[in-house]
Amino acid sequence: MLAFVLFLAIALGFALAAVYAERKVSAFIQDRYGPMEVGYKGLAQTFADIIKLLLKEDIIPSAADRKLFILAPVVIFTSVLAGYAVLPLSPDVIGSNAQVGVFFLLTIISLDVAGILMAGWASNNKFSALGALRAVAQIISYEIPLTLTVLSVVMICQTLNLQEISFQQGIWMNSMEVYSNEHNYLFGIKALGIDVTMTGGILTWNIVRMPLFFIAFIIFFISSLAESNRAPFDIPEAESELVAGFHTEYSGFKFAFLFLAEYSMMLLVCFLAAILFLGSWNTPLPNIGAVKLANWTSGAPGTLAGNVWGAFWLLSKAFFLIYIQMVVRWTYPRLRVDQLMKLSWKVLTPAALIILFISGVWRLLMI
Amino acid sequence: MKKGKTLLDDISEAISSLTSGLKITLSHFVNARKHRKPIGIENKDYFAQDKGIVTLQYPLETIPIPDNGRCRLYNEIDDCIVCDLCAKICPVDCIEIEAVKSTEEIGKTSDGTTKRLYAAKFDIDMAKCCYCGLCTTVCPTECLTMTKTYDYSEFDITNMVYHFTDLSPEQAEQKKKDYEEKQKQKQATKVESAVVEIDKNKGNTEDIALKDKPEAKEEKPEVKPAAKPVFKPVIKMTPKPPTPPKNEGEEPEKK
Repeated sequence: MLAFVLFLAIALGFALAAVYAERKVSAFIQDRYGPMEVGYKGLAQTFADIIKLLLKEDIIPSAADRKLFILAPVVIFTSVLAGYAVLPLSPDVIGSNAQVGVFFLLTIISLDVAGILMAGWASNNKFSALGALRAVAQIISYEIPLTLTVLSVVMICQTLNLQEISFQQGIWMNSMEVYSNEHNYLFGIKALGIDVTMTGGILTWNIVRMPLFFIAFIIFFISSLAESNRAPFDIPEAESELVAGFHTEYSGFKFAFLFLAEYSMMLLVCFLAAILFLGSWNTPLPNIGAVKLANWTSGAPGTLAGNVWGAFWLLSKAFFLIYIQMVVRWTYPRLRVDQLMKLSWKVLTPAALIILFISGVWRLLMI
Repeated sequence: MKKGKTLLDDISEAISSLTSGLKITLSHFVNARKHRKPIGIENKDYFAQDKGIVTLQYPLETIPIPDNGRCRLYNEIDDCIVCDLCAKICPVDCIEIEAVKSTEEIGKTSDGTTKRLYAAKFDIDMAKCCYCGLCTTVCPTECLTMTKTYDYSEFDITNMVYHFTDLSPEQAEQKKKDYEEKQKQKQATKVESAVVEIDKNKGNTEDIALKDKPEAKEEKPEVKPAAKPVFKPVIKMTPKPPTPPKNEGEEPEKK
């Protein structure tokens, strides 16, 4: 319950902050100031926007399929928020410690597609329908490399539980019963004989435990951009061609809801990337001899310090990834449909398959 | 497309171009710590900063306008002789002047020209103005000038009409009456003198009444200091009237 409240608050607060951050980041990249008028340096801009949005008339087109039209935003937001259920925020705060965590997460966020299709279809509008079709084609194509990279991580970690994956990537691994006798070796290779279990920090992150995961991480990141319909993969809502894509007909509160779902999705995939590849809630600073940086910047699971540090590191990593997403959005032009499909099927999927294969072999070196 | 290499070539090209793109945007992001200062072109540092935020937050920061900025018109009515030249030359007819003849000399402008007309109305409609500056060049006493003020939009379009007269409507009405009375008196004395005799006098008074004053104003535009010697004889001499109108007509055409 605590995790639900925290994640809901984080998702809502994040949507507000991220809209502001997005406008500021884009402004700085384009040598502008961005919002400056509402509040100090424009800080209250998003609040003004959201108030305006909520006060707007909630229009349902007369030719729309009324039931589906109303249901679609709910389905989209619910499926995204449900994904947060299996994410660990800190060593002790997790919604559901389900053993099938990753599997559940990938499944439930796929429901998002159904919601988008509902929204596009129910709007009875050519832009909405085209946008929804593109969204579905894109999300389904990119789910394959995404899932393959996640599968590689699962093969290395030998678990679907996100909390267990988190514990494996830091100095507190042995405090978990299942892993009390496990050891982390540098680059995951036992033959090297360098035990980094107690060194922790960046050395035990999945991205270092299996160096090829750097490529897997990039594949995951690109696919997650496509999953959350972010530029440069925003053809489902390409404003220059499709007005606003599947949510063209939505206004007022429903639009705010869809917008919230979109930003929650961004945050969700960034959390997932941080958990799977970047050491989850573990500190990036390793213990070096007597300088116990890792111990100083994290607390034991079960203590308040451990949870606060854990949440701090995980949120920092997720927000850093969000920042990268924003910079990417304001750097690259939108991909054409054929380029989009080519990237997914001819580049990312084969590369992910190769990494999946190597991961299997790597796992043999780890035991 | 050649066989074999193409896909890998594509990938490596994509990676290098994507990273260089990211470098550009990140460098702009980092440089956004600095921003332009509101300095004008006359400042030697004007071109010094080629990085960082270029926006000026307009109402809060403004680039200084040079003192010879050619923006809103301003008429110093104390120096205005109500010659109507500005209104005549204005290509968009945004200046409206109604002159009332004075019974006596009103005073001197700051450059010493005698004022003989009241401006019952001196309106400039800045909404019509095209900022050509012709009115300021023809102004004989240089009372009509362009100022640095450029931000003076109004919610009500009628507020764009600037009234420069120093007379209230009542005062203007009074001046008109005064002049008419004076005219009547003159008429009366004229009739008397006519009875006595002499055509010369008669012609003279008429000229003074009807043509002298416009004539006087129209002469001044040409040369201010020189105008004065020319001016005085005009009052007495009848043949002059034709010439000043000519001059006045020629001048605008030439320009």
